[in-house]
Amino acid sequence: MERNNIRRQVALMRQSLFTQGYLDEQFVQLEELQDDTNPNFVEEIATLYYRDSCRSLQTIEKSLEKTPHDFNKLDNHMHQFKGSSSSIGAKKVKAECQQFREYCRAGNGEGCMRTFQLLKKEHATLKKKLEAYFQMARQAGPIETASRPK
Amino acid sequence: MATAGEVLRRNVPESFELSEKELHVLAVDDSIIDRKVIEKLLKISCCKVTAVESGTRALQYLGLDGEKKSSVGFDGMKVNLIITDYSMPGMTGYELLKKIKESSAFREVPVVIMSSENILTRIDRCLEEGAEEFIVKPVKLSDVNRLKNFMMGGERKEKGVKKVQKRPLQVDYNNSSSAPSPLPQLSPSFACNLASLHSSPSSSPSSPLPRCASKRPRLHSMD
Repeated sequence: MERNNIRRQVALMRQSLFTQGYLDEQFVQLEELQDDTNPNFVEEIATLYYRDSCRSLQTIEKSLEKTPHDFNKLDNHMHQFKGSSSSIGAKKVKAECQQFREYCRAGNGEGCMRTFQLLKKEHATLKKKLEAYFQMARQAGPIETASRPK
Repeated sequence: MATAGEVLRRNVPESFELSEKELHVLAVDDSIIDRKVIEKLLKISCCKVTAVESGTRALQYLGLDGEKKSSVGFDGMKVNLIITDYSMPGMTGYELLKKIKESSAFREVPVVIMSSENILTRIDRCLEEGAEEFIVKPVKLSDVNRLKNFMMGGERKEKGVKKVQKRPLQVDYNNSSSAPSPLPQLSPSFACNLASLHSSPSSSPSSPLPRCASKRPRLHSMD
């Protein structure tokens, strides 16, 4: 049955997001908050995150363009960004945030700029993967229907 | 057969009933994502939530921003717990905590601090200032459950309702003319410290916490 196939794919996609280190336990926490009153909770949070974080990234980018670097300000911005990323379980993004903050504390502008590029890449990659995952999950439909025997 | 808890609810004042059924939590966080998540975590745990984005807004809601007021929130709902992020622009969670503890109306309300940074001096400062607890973000369902259990316990002690230690007597007393009721009663003549000769088949002393719909299974389980 087509739906079972899609379900299998969704499960595989989800699994790989974890095994490849894109997502961590916090994402699972969000999934556990999803219920009938809020069946798309995780997707809503992810959408909110991307809207919010794009703005944050732009702010940080602008700050990075100003020299000399205001490392304090950059660290503060990144602290906030890291927080949101952590709240949705964005593991790789979070790791880059941490690295960026370490460069800030060391006053290493080059390091910051390099890490920032990596961060943007991870951020974009996760976005694509999540979009694909949510789209497929929507096609698969609620789990109860899918597990009905044929 | 009614449980001790149900009888408890019937006999105690309304204000206790309300707080047992739904705690009202004021959540403060400048991150919209964190606000959404904490709101959901609390709602799933059967709490009413008011989520605001800053310490200033929180004080406004509580009526502590200069204008007078009582211990109810701006929309009239009593606040049972305040949970706030530590690092916020403008007023930090620590500063908010201090203001709350300085107010006569709200100093008894438990305040919990959340922070993504596990800094010992920060934790100490907050606890010294009167914070109930310090939770390291990201906040999990287990954190909220623990808070809720604490709140329930706290509310009970506050209202002076003790856990029923013994089963009610099944024998007649001078002042009790009627046959013993099958339900445990909390009337004064059957005080907790009277020795029980028979144990009634009723339930355990402490009532179970009201539960919401349990978490639904994961959306996509592995085959």
